[in-house]
Amino acid sequence: MWNRNRKEEDFTPKPVGAPPPAPSVLAKEGIPMSTLPSRPPESHHEGGRSAVLGKSVILKGQIISREDLTIDGEVEGTVELKEHRLTIGPNGKVKANVKARELVVIGTIQGDVEITDKIDIRREAKLVGDIKTARVVIEDGAYFKGNIDIVRQDAARPATSTLAPAPAAAAPSTPAQKPAAPAPGGSSPSAAAAGAADGKR
Amino acid sequence: MKILDLAGASQSTISFVTGQGHRLYSEDFMLQLEECFGGGDFNENQADPVNAEAFLQATLDFPAGDFDGALVWDMLEYLGPRLLGRVVARLHAMLRPGASLLALFHAEERKQPPPSFSCRIQDRRTILMTPRGALHPIQFFNNRNLEKLFQDFHSVKFFLTRDALREVIVKR
Repeated sequence: MWNRNRKEEDFTPKPVGAPPPAPSVLAKEGIPMSTLPSRPPESHHEGGRSAVLGKSVILKGQIISREDLTIDGEVEGTVELKEHRLTIGPNGKVKANVKARELVVIGTIQGDVEITDKIDIRREAKLVGDIKTARVVIEDGAYFKGNIDIVRQDAARPATSTLAPAPAAAAPSTPAQKPAAPAPGGSSPSAAAAGAADGKR
Repeated sequence: MKILDLAGASQSTISFVTGQGHRLYSEDFMLQLEECFGGGDFNENQADPVNAEAFLQATLDFPAGDFDGALVWDMLEYLGPRLLGRVVARLHAMLRPGASLLALFHAEERKQPPPSFSCRIQDRRTILMTPRGALHPIQFFNNRNLEKLFQDFHSVKFFLTRDALREVIVKR
Protein backbone atom coordinates (compact mmCIF):
# COMPACT_ATOMS: atom_id res chain seq x y z
CA MET A 1 0.00 0.00 0.00
CA TRP A 2 2.49 2.66 1.05
CA ASN A 3 4.57 1.87 -2.04
CA ARG A 4 1.72 2.71 -4.39
CA ASN A 5 1.06 6.02 -2.65
CA ARG A 6 4.66 6.91 -2.92
CA LYS A 7 4.63 6.23 -6.66
CA GLU A 8 1.63 8.49 -7.15
CA GLU A 9 3.40 11.29 -5.36
CA ASP A 10 6.52 10.83 -7.38
CA PHE A 11 4.81 10.87 -10.79
CA THR A 12 2.14 13.42 -10.23
CA PRO A 13 3.02 16.34 -12.54
CA LYS A 14 2.99 19.75 -11.04
CA PRO A 15 1.09 22.56 -12.73
CA VAL A 16 3.36 24.90 -14.63
CA GLY A 17 3.63 28.35 -13.21
CA ALA A 18 1.71 27.56 -10.06
CA PRO A 19 3.23 27.02 -6.63
CA PRO A 20 3.62 23.31 -5.89
CA PRO A 21 0.64 22.09 -3.90
CA ALA A 22 1.02 20.18 -0.71
CA PRO A 23 1.30 16.42 -1.30
CA SER A 24 -1.67 15.76 0.93
CA VAL A 25 -3.85 17.89 -1.34
CA LEU A 26 -2.86 15.91 -4.40
CA ALA A 27 -3.56 12.67 -2.71
CA LYS A 28 -7.02 13.85 -1.70
CA GLU A 29 -7.94 14.98 -5.18
CA GLY A 30 -6.83 11.74 -6.78
CA ILE A 31 -6.57 13.34 -10.22
CA PRO A 32 -5.55 10.89 -12.96
CA MET A 33 -2.18 11.86 -14.34
CA SER A 34 -3.31 11.84 -17.94
CA THR A 35 -5.87 14.62 -17.47
CA LEU A 36 -3.51 17.28 -16.24
CA PRO A 37 -1.63 18.12 -19.43
CA SER A 38 -4.82 18.30 -21.52
CA ARG A 39 -6.69 20.66 -19.22
CA PRO A 40 -7.15 23.94 -21.01
CA PRO A 41 -5.44 26.76 -19.18
CA GLU A 42 -8.45 29.08 -19.42
CA SER A 43 -10.62 26.64 -17.50
CA HIS A 44 -8.68 27.48 -14.38
CA HIS A 45 -9.09 31.03 -13.25
CA GLU A 46 -6.71 32.34 -10.69
CA GLY A 47 -9.41 33.29 -8.25
CA GLY A 48 -11.70 30.32 -8.72
CA ARG A 49 -12.56 27.34 -10.84
CA SER A 50 -14.65 26.86 -13.91
CA ALA A 51 -16.74 23.83 -14.73
CA VAL A 52 -17.82 22.71 -18.18
CA LEU A 53 -20.79 20.66 -19.28
CA GLY A 54 -19.75 19.33 -22.64
CA LYS A 55 -21.88 19.27 -25.74
CA SER A 56 -22.78 15.60 -25.38
CA VAL A 57 -24.12 16.07 -21.86
CA ILE A 58 -27.87 16.16 -21.24
CA LEU A 59 -28.86 17.13 -17.73
CA LYS A 60 -32.28 17.42 -16.14
CA GLY A 61 -32.51 18.88 -12.67
CA GLN A 62 -31.06 21.61 -10.53
CA ILE A 63 -27.57 22.99 -10.90
CA ILE A 64 -26.09 24.98 -8.03
CA SER A 65 -22.53 26.01 -8.65
CA ARG A 66 -19.97 27.93 -6.63
CA GLU A 67 -17.71 28.38 -9.60
CA ASP A 68 -18.04 29.69 -13.14
CA LEU A 69 -19.85 27.29 -15.41
CA THR A 70 -19.95 26.77 -19.16
CA ILE A 71 -22.87 24.79 -20.55
CA ASP A 72 -22.36 23.48 -24.05
CA GLY A 73 -24.82 20.62 -23.73
CA GLU A 74 -28.51 20.48 -22.89
CA VAL A 75 -29.87 21.42 -19.50
CA GLU A 76 -33.45 21.44 -18.28
CA GLY A 77 -34.36 22.58 -14.79
CA THR A 78 -32.84 25.43 -12.82
CA VAL A 79 -29.34 26.90 -12.77
CA GLU A 80 -27.98 28.95 -9.88
CA LEU A 81 -24.52 30.46 -9.80
CA LYS A 82 -25.18 33.40 -7.59
CA GLU A 83 -21.68 34.85 -7.45
CA HIS A 84 -20.35 33.46 -10.69
CA ARG A 85 -20.53 33.59 -14.44
CA LEU A 86 -22.58 31.27 -16.59
CA THR A 87 -21.70 30.83 -20.24
CA ILE A 88 -24.10 29.12 -22.62
CA GLY A 89 -21.76 27.82 -25.32
CA PRO A 90 -22.58 27.68 -29.04
CA ASN A 91 -24.02 24.18 -28.69
CA GLY A 92 -25.70 24.89 -25.40
CA LYS A 93 -29.47 24.53 -25.07
CA VAL A 94 -30.78 25.55 -21.70
CA LYS A 95 -34.39 25.35 -20.71
CA ALA A 96 -34.21 26.69 -17.21
CA ASN A 97 -34.58 29.66 -14.97
CA VAL A 98 -31.15 31.07 -14.33
CA LYS A 99 -29.67 33.09 -11.49
CA ALA A 100 -26.09 34.21 -11.75
CA ARG A 101 -23.76 37.17 -11.43
CA GLU A 102 -22.96 37.29 -15.12
CA LEU A 103 -24.37 35.53 -18.16
CA VAL A 104 -22.88 35.11 -21.61
CA VAL A 105 -25.24 33.56 -24.17
CA ILE A 106 -23.90 32.17 -27.42
CA GLY A 107 -26.32 29.26 -27.70
CA THR A 108 -29.97 28.99 -26.78
CA ILE A 109 -31.73 29.65 -23.52
CA GLN A 110 -35.39 29.51 -22.68
CA GLY A 111 -36.38 30.67 -19.25
CA ASP A 112 -36.37 33.63 -16.93
CA VAL A 113 -32.99 35.05 -16.16
CA GLU A 114 -31.95 37.03 -13.09
CA ILE A 115 -28.44 38.42 -13.30
CA THR A 116 -26.91 40.73 -10.74
CA ASP A 117 -24.24 42.19 -12.99
CA LYS A 118 -24.34 41.80 -16.77
CA ILE A 119 -25.93 39.80 -19.56
CA ASP A 120 -24.04 39.49 -22.82
CA ILE A 121 -26.18 38.11 -25.67
CA ARG A 122 -24.03 37.30 -28.66
CA ARG A 123 -24.94 37.41 -32.33
CA GLU A 124 -25.88 33.74 -32.75
CA ALA A 125 -27.70 33.57 -29.45
CA LYS A 126 -31.38 32.99 -28.85
CA LEU A 127 -32.93 33.97 -25.55
CA VAL A 128 -36.63 33.58 -24.86
CA GLY A 129 -37.69 34.68 -21.40
CA ASP A 130 -37.79 37.63 -19.08
CA ILE A 131 -34.53 39.10 -17.96
CA LYS A 132 -33.76 41.12 -14.89
CA THR A 133 -30.28 42.55 -14.76
CA ALA A 134 -28.16 45.59 -14.06
CA ARG A 135 -26.69 45.73 -17.58
CA VAL A 136 -27.38 44.07 -20.89
CA VAL A 137 -25.40 43.92 -24.11
CA ILE A 138 -27.14 42.54 -27.20
CA GLU A 139 -25.26 42.07 -30.43
CA ASP A 140 -27.02 42.68 -33.73
CA GLY A 141 -28.47 39.43 -35.01
CA ALA A 142 -29.21 38.00 -31.60
CA TYR A 143 -32.77 36.88 -31.02
CA PHE A 144 -34.44 37.97 -27.84
CA LYS A 145 -38.08 37.72 -26.90
CA GLY A 146 -39.20 38.82 -23.49
CA ASN A 147 -39.21 41.51 -20.86
CA ILE A 148 -36.13 43.49 -20.04
CA ASP A 149 -36.08 44.91 -16.55
CA ILE A 150 -32.98 46.90 -15.73
CA VAL A 151 -32.31 46.92 -12.02
CA ARG A 152 -30.36 49.97 -11.01
CA GLN A 153 -27.43 49.27 -8.79
CA ASP A 154 -27.52 51.67 -5.87
CA ALA A 155 -23.84 51.42 -5.10
CA ALA A 156 -21.94 53.86 -7.30
CA ARG A 157 -19.68 52.06 -9.68
CA PRO A 158 -16.24 53.44 -10.51
CA ALA A 159 -16.59 55.75 -13.48
CA THR A 160 -13.35 54.67 -15.11
CA SER A 161 -14.18 51.06 -15.91
CA THR A 162 -17.57 49.44 -16.33
CA LEU A 163 -16.18 46.04 -15.52
CA ALA A 164 -14.18 47.00 -12.48
CA PRO A 165 -14.81 44.44 -9.76
CA ALA A 166 -16.65 45.49 -6.67
CA PRO A 167 -14.37 46.11 -3.70
CA ALA A 168 -15.60 43.03 -1.90
CA ALA A 169 -14.69 40.85 -4.87
CA ALA A 170 -11.30 42.42 -5.44
CA ALA A 171 -9.32 39.75 -3.72
CA PRO A 172 -5.65 39.49 -4.72
CA SER A 173 -6.38 36.33 -6.69
CA THR A 174 -9.10 37.93 -8.87
CA PRO A 175 -8.21 37.42 -12.55
CA ALA A 176 -7.53 40.42 -14.70
CA GLN A 177 -10.70 41.41 -16.53
CA LYS A 178 -10.75 42.04 -20.22
CA PRO A 179 -11.61 45.56 -21.23
CA ALA A 180 -15.29 46.17 -21.75
CA ALA A 181 -16.41 45.14 -25.22
CA PRO A 182 -17.94 48.02 -27.12
CA ALA A 183 -21.67 47.85 -27.38
CA PRO A 184 -22.54 46.31 -30.75
CA GLY A 185 -24.40 47.80 -33.62
CA GLY A 186 -25.71 51.30 -33.43
CA SER A 187 -25.01 51.79 -29.78
CA SER A 188 -21.46 52.94 -30.22
CA PRO A 189 -21.11 56.51 -31.35
CA SER A 190 -18.96 55.66 -34.38
CA ALA A 191 -21.23 52.85 -35.54
CA ALA A 192 -24.23 55.05 -35.04
CA ALA A 193 -22.69 57.76 -37.15
CA ALA A 194 -21.82 55.28 -39.90
CA GLY A 195 -25.27 53.71 -39.85
CA ALA A 196 -26.98 57.03 -39.71
CA ALA A 197 -25.49 58.02 -43.03
CA ASP A 198 -27.96 55.94 -44.98
CA GLY A 199 -30.80 55.08 -42.67
CA LYS A 200 -31.17 57.99 -40.31
CA ARG A 201 -34.21 60.10 -40.53
CA MET B 1 -44.04 52.21 -17.89
CA LYS B 2 -43.99 49.01 -19.89
CA ILE B 3 -43.28 49.39 -23.60
CA LEU B 4 -43.74 46.80 -26.32
CA ASP B 5 -41.20 46.92 -29.15
CA LEU B 6 -42.08 44.82 -32.18
CA ALA B 7 -38.83 45.48 -34.02
CA GLY B 8 -36.82 42.83 -32.21
CA ALA B 9 -34.07 43.40 -29.71
CA SER B 10 -31.57 46.13 -30.40
CA GLN B 11 -29.03 47.57 -28.07
CA SER B 12 -29.85 51.18 -28.82
CA THR B 13 -33.60 50.87 -28.26
CA ILE B 14 -33.09 48.87 -25.10
CA SER B 15 -30.59 51.40 -23.79
CA PHE B 16 -32.88 54.30 -24.65
CA VAL B 17 -36.07 52.89 -23.18
CA THR B 18 -34.55 51.37 -20.07
CA GLY B 19 -32.43 54.49 -19.64
CA GLN B 20 -35.68 56.41 -19.19
CA GLY B 21 -36.56 54.04 -16.39
CA HIS B 22 -39.11 52.03 -18.36
CA ARG B 23 -39.46 48.32 -18.91
CA LEU B 24 -39.29 46.94 -22.41
CA TYR B 25 -40.83 43.86 -23.95
CA SER B 26 -39.00 42.88 -27.10
CA GLU B 27 -40.61 40.86 -29.88
CA ASP B 28 -39.34 40.28 -33.40
CA PHE B 29 -42.67 40.59 -35.20
CA MET B 30 -41.19 40.53 -38.70
CA LEU B 31 -39.22 37.37 -38.04
CA GLN B 32 -42.37 35.67 -36.77
CA LEU B 33 -44.23 36.84 -39.86
CA GLU B 34 -41.63 35.30 -42.10
CA GLU B 35 -41.56 32.08 -40.10
CA CYS B 36 -45.34 31.71 -40.03
CA PHE B 37 -46.25 32.91 -43.50
CA GLY B 38 -43.07 32.86 -45.54
CA GLY B 39 -42.61 30.41 -48.39
CA GLY B 40 -45.16 30.70 -51.15
CA ASP B 41 -47.69 33.48 -51.33
CA PHE B 42 -47.06 35.64 -48.29
CA ASN B 43 -50.46 37.33 -48.52
CA GLU B 44 -52.39 34.13 -49.19
CA ASN B 45 -50.69 32.30 -46.32
CA GLN B 46 -51.97 34.90 -43.91
CA ALA B 47 -55.56 34.04 -44.83
CA ASP B 48 -55.17 30.57 -43.31
CA PRO B 49 -57.00 30.87 -39.97
CA VAL B 50 -54.93 28.20 -38.25
CA ASN B 51 -51.65 29.86 -39.20
CA ALA B 52 -53.04 33.24 -38.27
CA GLU B 53 -54.10 32.07 -34.84
CA ALA B 54 -50.71 30.45 -34.22
CA PHE B 55 -49.04 33.69 -35.25
CA LEU B 56 -51.16 35.76 -32.89
CA GLN B 57 -50.50 33.35 -30.04
CA ALA B 58 -46.78 33.54 -30.68
CA THR B 59 -46.53 37.30 -30.95
CA LEU B 60 -49.36 39.13 -29.23
CA ASP B 61 -50.55 36.92 -26.42
CA PHE B 62 -50.67 39.37 -23.51
CA PRO B 63 -53.14 40.22 -20.79
CA ALA B 64 -55.50 43.13 -21.34
CA GLY B 65 -54.03 46.52 -20.51
CA ASP B 66 -50.55 45.10 -20.04
CA PHE B 67 -48.65 47.85 -21.87
CA ASP B 68 -48.33 51.61 -21.58
CA GLY B 69 -46.96 52.00 -25.08
CA ALA B 70 -46.26 50.06 -28.26
CA LEU B 71 -43.62 50.61 -30.93
CA VAL B 72 -45.24 48.96 -33.93
CA TRP B 73 -43.07 50.68 -36.56
CA ASP B 74 -44.04 49.74 -40.14
CA MET B 75 -45.19 46.19 -39.32
CA LEU B 76 -48.87 46.74 -40.06
CA GLU B 77 -48.14 47.26 -43.75
CA TYR B 78 -47.04 43.64 -44.02
CA LEU B 79 -50.37 42.22 -42.91
CA GLY B 80 -53.22 41.18 -45.14
CA PRO B 81 -56.66 42.69 -44.46
CA ARG B 82 -58.00 39.88 -42.27
CA LEU B 83 -54.93 39.46 -40.12
CA LEU B 84 -54.48 43.21 -39.86
CA GLY B 85 -57.86 43.65 -38.19
CA ARG B 86 -57.12 40.94 -35.66
CA VAL B 87 -53.66 42.36 -34.90
CA VAL B 88 -55.03 45.87 -34.35
CA ALA B 89 -57.77 44.46 -32.11
CA ARG B 90 -55.13 42.66 -30.05
CA LEU B 91 -53.04 45.81 -29.78
CA HIS B 92 -56.11 47.70 -28.64
CA ALA B 93 -56.79 45.12 -25.97
CA MET B 94 -53.30 44.89 -24.58
CA LEU B 95 -52.75 48.63 -24.29
CA ARG B 96 -54.16 50.29 -21.22
CA PRO B 97 -56.46 53.30 -21.70
CA GLY B 98 -54.38 56.39 -22.38
CA ALA B 99 -51.45 54.39 -23.76
CA SER B 100 -49.76 55.40 -27.02
CA LEU B 101 -48.88 53.44 -30.13
CA LEU B 102 -46.35 54.51 -32.73
CA ALA B 103 -46.69 53.20 -36.28
CA LEU B 104 -45.05 54.15 -39.57
CA PHE B 105 -46.72 54.01 -42.97
CA HIS B 106 -45.20 54.54 -46.38
CA ALA B 107 -46.97 56.70 -48.92
CA GLU B 108 -48.72 54.73 -51.64
CA GLU B 109 -47.33 56.79 -54.47
CA ARG B 110 -43.79 55.44 -54.26
CA LYS B 111 -42.66 53.96 -57.54
CA GLN B 112 -40.75 51.11 -55.99
CA PRO B 113 -42.09 49.17 -53.03
CA PRO B 114 -40.06 49.98 -49.95
CA PRO B 115 -38.03 47.21 -48.35
CA SER B 116 -38.79 46.08 -44.85
CA PHE B 117 -36.88 47.98 -42.24
CA SER B 118 -35.47 47.26 -38.87
CA CYS B 119 -36.21 50.28 -36.72
CA ARG B 120 -34.43 51.34 -33.60
CA ILE B 121 -34.35 54.42 -31.46
CA GLN B 122 -30.99 56.09 -31.68
CA ASP B 123 -31.71 59.04 -29.42
CA ARG B 124 -34.55 61.40 -28.57
CA ARG B 125 -34.62 62.82 -32.09
CA THR B 126 -33.40 59.97 -34.25
CA ILE B 127 -34.81 56.67 -35.46
CA LEU B 128 -32.38 54.43 -37.27
CA MET B 129 -33.97 52.43 -40.10
CA THR B 130 -31.90 49.61 -41.55
CA PRO B 131 -33.20 47.56 -44.50
CA ARG B 132 -33.77 43.92 -43.62
CA GLY B 133 -35.31 40.93 -45.36
CA ALA B 134 -36.96 40.70 -48.73
CA LEU B 135 -40.57 41.25 -47.70
CA HIS B 136 -42.54 44.06 -49.24
CA PRO B 137 -45.64 45.72 -47.85
CA ILE B 138 -48.95 44.12 -48.71
CA GLN B 139 -51.09 47.16 -48.11
CA PHE B 140 -50.70 50.91 -48.30
CA PHE B 141 -52.90 53.29 -46.35
CA ASN B 142 -54.16 56.79 -46.85
CA ASN B 143 -55.24 58.92 -43.94
CA ARG B 144 -58.83 57.83 -44.25
CA ASN B 145 -57.83 54.15 -44.16
CA LEU B 146 -55.78 54.80 -41.09
CA GLU B 147 -58.57 56.55 -39.28
CA LYS B 148 -60.81 53.59 -40.04
CA LEU B 149 -58.14 51.13 -38.97
CA PHE B 150 -57.76 52.78 -35.59
CA GLN B 151 -61.39 53.73 -35.11
CA ASP B 152 -61.61 51.95 -31.77
CA PHE B 153 -58.79 54.04 -30.37
CA HIS B 154 -59.26 57.41 -28.74
CA SER B 155 -57.31 59.53 -31.22
CA VAL B 156 -55.04 59.29 -34.27
CA LYS B 157 -52.43 61.90 -35.21
CA PHE B 158 -50.46 61.97 -38.45
CA PHE B 159 -47.04 63.49 -38.95
CA LEU B 160 -45.54 63.69 -42.41
CA THR B 161 -41.85 62.97 -42.43
CA ARG B 162 -39.09 62.54 -44.98
CA ASP B 163 -38.97 59.70 -47.51
CA ALA B 164 -42.73 59.64 -48.05
CA LEU B 165 -43.21 58.21 -44.60
CA ARG B 166 -45.96 59.04 -42.15
CA GLU B 167 -45.60 58.73 -38.43
CA VAL B 168 -48.86 57.90 -36.77
CA ILE B 169 -49.36 58.26 -33.05
CA VAL B 170 -52.46 56.56 -31.78
CA LYS B 171 -53.89 57.05 -28.31
CA ARG B 172 -55.79 54.18 -26.73
